[in-house]
Amino acid sequence: MEALVAIIIGVLTACGVYLTLRGRTFPVVLGLTFLSYAVNLFLLVMGRLTIGQPPIISEGIENYADPLPQALVLTAIVISFAMTAFVIVLALKAHLEMGNDHVDGKHKS
Amino acid sequence: MNLLLVALTPFFGAAFVALISRLGRLHAAWGAGFVACIALALLSPLMMEAFAGEVTVQRISWMPLLGLDIAFRLDGLGLLFALMILCIGLLIILYARYYLSEHDDMGRFYAYLLMFMGSMLGIVLSENIIQMLIFWELTSLSSFLLISYWQSRQESRVGARMALAVTGGGGLALLGGFLLLGEIVGSYDLSVILASGDIIKSHSLYLPMLVLVLLGAFTKSAQFPFHFWLPNAMAAPTPVSAYLHSATMVKAGVFLLARMFPALSGTPEWFWLVCMTGLTTLVFAAYIAMFKDDLKGLLAYSTISHLGLITLLFGIGTPLAAVAGVFHIINHAIFKASLFMAAGIIHHETGTRDMRVLSGLWKYMPHTALLAMVAAASMAGVPLFNGFLSKEMFFAETLFVVNEPWGWLLPTAATMAGIFAVAYSLRFIHTVFFHGEPTDLPKTPHEPPRWMKVPVEILVFLCLLVGMLPALTVEPILAVAATSVLQGPLPEHDLAIWHGFNTALMMSIIALIGGVLVYIFRLPLSKLQERVEKRIDFRVLYDYLLNKFFKFAGIVTRTLDTFSQQRMVFVFMLFALVLGVSSFIGNEITLTGDQAVLPVDGVSVLMTAIIVIAAIGAVVMHRERLISLILLGTVGLGVALIFVKFSAPDLALTQLSVEVVTVVLILLALYFLPQRSPIESSNLLRSRDALVATAAGGGVAVLVWAVLTRPYQSIADYFLANSLPGGGGTNVVNVILVDFRGYDTLGEITVLALAGLGIYAMLENLKLSGSLHDSEDRPWDTDMHPVIMASFARLLLPLALLVSMYILLRGHNMPGGGFIAGLVTAVALVMQYLTNGVTWTQKRLPANMNVVIGMGMLIATLTGVASWIFGYPFLTSTFSHIHWPVIGEFELASAISFDLGVYLVVVGATLLILIYLGMVHRQSHLANVRKRIR
Repeated sequence: MEALVAIIIGVLTACGVYLTLRGRTFPVVLGLTFLSYAVNLFLLVMGRLTIGQPPIISEGIENYADPLPQALVLTAIVISFAMTAFVIVLALKAHLEMGNDHVDGKHKS
Repeated sequence: MNLLLVALTPFFGAAFVALISRLGRLHAAWGAGFVACIALALLSPLMMEAFAGEVTVQRISWMPLLGLDIAFRLDGLGLLFALMILCIGLLIILYARYYLSEHDDMGRFYAYLLMFMGSMLGIVLSENIIQMLIFWELTSLSSFLLISYWQSRQESRVGARMALAVTGGGGLALLGGFLLLGEIVGSYDLSVILASGDIIKSHSLYLPMLVLVLLGAFTKSAQFPFHFWLPNAMAAPTPVSAYLHSATMVKAGVFLLARMFPALSGTPEWFWLVCMTGLTTLVFAAYIAMFKDDLKGLLAYSTISHLGLITLLFGIGTPLAAVAGVFHIINHAIFKASLFMAAGIIHHETGTRDMRVLSGLWKYMPHTALLAMVAAASMAGVPLFNGFLSKEMFFAETLFVVNEPWGWLLPTAATMAGIFAVAYSLRFIHTVFFHGEPTDLPKTPHEPPRWMKVPVEILVFLCLLVGMLPALTVEPILAVAATSVLQGPLPEHDLAIWHGFNTALMMSIIALIGGVLVYIFRLPLSKLQERVEKRIDFRVLYDYLLNKFFKFAGIVTRTLDTFSQQRMVFVFMLFALVLGVSSFIGNEITLTGDQAVLPVDGVSVLMTAIIVIAAIGAVVMHRERLISLILLGTVGLGVALIFVKFSAPDLALTQLSVEVVTVVLILLALYFLPQRSPIESSNLLRSRDALVATAAGGGVAVLVWAVLTRPYQSIADYFLANSLPGGGGTNVVNVILVDFRGYDTLGEITVLALAGLGIYAMLENLKLSGSLHDSEDRPWDTDMHPVIMASFARLLLPLALLVSMYILLRGHNMPGGGFIAGLVTAVALVMQYLTNGVTWTQKRLPANMNVVIGMGMLIATLTGVASWIFGYPFLTSTFSHIHWPVIGEFELASAISFDLGVYLVVVGATLLILIYLGMVHRQSHLANVRKRIR
């Protein structure tokens, strides 16, 4: 199972890096979203993989998943949404003002 | 916590004064006076103890592990300075009320002045030196605002920037010095530092620490060669100069010397550094002061010179010299404040400060002239005035090395400075008030308003009183202040006018006679001075260095910034890769650890395949933006499923709702952007990027594998064990968010709120036009809101809201909470906008989301503040169980109110973003539809 998780995080990172290297704003925004998926998963699994042991205290259960990375990731998800929203609106505004959606605000001739 | 309040009152007062100045100009002056009186009243209960020689230390624990406390201290020295700051401040407030003209904004002036007053009080009352440094830098900032008060004048801005650059830079050096000092002593508390002088002086870091601390003190006190900012700061309104350059700002430097005296002084390094700086400044500035034609310029250089005198006294380092230093601090504050005010009156009533124009004012303003003459006599060190006493003590102290080789140099230089001081004081009086009839004055001079003279009268009266009856007036405060400077027994000293015929008196007499002679024969000297003046202007050096610095910064920026984001990101990624790989290389550790891995099942493999294919597909298809976005959404849902699989239900719920909102948002944005990306980069570049991306992904995958196959230690046990007994909730993730780490969450919702408001600012009044066709060139459907979907969405709304409320309430014990509930509510409402249109929904739903965000922040913060009321630290939560009818046992935690704040911020920010983008959308869509119909 660990190998599968490593593959998923690796692929998401690779996709994110490739897209952030593109020259148009839209793919870059998608790339940042991919990277935030990868980072969130990475942070979560730093608490190791636990199946069927959510960190909700109940009687008679001894082992729980690590709640700390989860708390960290929960807010990270919301913040990365806010950042994605900010960047995409910035891209919109740049598109309107520059007349194109190149990341440097100009067409390469 | 009286002392904390004393320091903070002026800061609160600043806001208060700025506010009430809107009601009327003069309210600000009254308000400022009132605030200063309150600070004085707050200080008074502790005054008696300080007079009795007791040290009051009040502290609030802040970061005890780092040795950082909010700690205040009142001893003799602090009391002396606090009284000077507040009392002279009060006089300045009165004076400025008459000085400022109709066009000057009084509220702004008094607000800045009070801020400055508070910063100064903070310095002199601090026990913790890091805290002292914070106030130290605050004085630099607030003095910047004061000096640049007349913002429209070029010289004000230049002068203010120069003062900030020099004193702020000195502040940084001081920070370094204080950190070293803290390292040496092991504490940032003054009480400890003052008691460990021997440890400090024998430590190997003593010299660098001393140099850094002295840099801070010398820049602030305008010591040579950092003195040039002070004359340039004369562009400030005169009340500001009178305040900053007599009792406060520049005295902060010598205050620091006095404060650190027991801990740092007594070594050859101290003696040479402090003495030489003080001596050079004393003589050099007194010499320059003789040739300044500007009244304030003369006073500025005289101030520098007197500060040099005080510095020199502390440098000499004998106990008696320290007493003289403290005494001169008091005397200089009194006579220099009154001289600045008198100069301001002359400027105010004649319209000029140029001594080449001013003359014969005795006839027109005899009262002011008399006051100025007394103060100037005190500055010159004429007997019967207070300046004479401390100068006499100073002369006596310079004699202590007279038997060493070159020992005669010190008394000679001191006498020279005395001669110059007499000469410039005489010039001030003689040229301005006598010296023929005034001609070509911009205004006809006359006496100022009655109350404008009162502050000067009070100070001049003090000059006389202290000068004639020193033992009765100044001795008690001087004694306690000097005792706390020395941290030991006070040496024998006799504050009397007459000590018999001794060397010091001879030096005084030489200075007086020599000064008069120099003044009479000043013309040849002036000619000489004119020739050398240009060569020793340190401002030119400052400008030169500043220019070089700007050029250097420009070169660095141009070298690093390639003006291409793609290239910058590439360099960044490559650098990260190199860093990552280099730590793998040469490491003996195996890739796979010894932790047993979990078995693989078929569903997991299938899901992995789907996620991987969707992700790669999104990259391959990234030119087709819509398809790429759909595939991104698939990956997002896959990630939510991973969260479900690995026991993170809260995360799964969050991810699920965020995914919906994200996709809707990007879809809305995509409408206005090109539907396809053109091929931007060459094949070579793309393969290069693919290579870097693969390497990055591979590296991360290897890292994850290496980590996951190793055991680990977590601090989770603490949270798991304390969640229920300590936080009153069984959902540990939620308890961490709203209780254990509530402060972090408060920070995070602040970021969210800021992002929402930032987007709102960008979208407001934005007019975008979307395309008429989709990517396949098909026209958009004109039917905006299909009826069946719209009706269902309306029906579903109450249910969705109910669910979100349920999620919010149960969050403490079951998966859920403010973040998730907020997102669910947002999704439910966004659905209404999507299906029924913005117009329909907006009629039924208040659209002002800023209020919702504000309410959320307020509720969350107030929940935190509420714990203060019960005497607990910020954001301590409490809970109890109550029995509700029908529902049964219900647990009510104060954290729920915090979670409510989180909920509101999430709902507000999410909706704000989407609604505004949606509204832009609707305008453009309607415009397009209209076009087509036509």
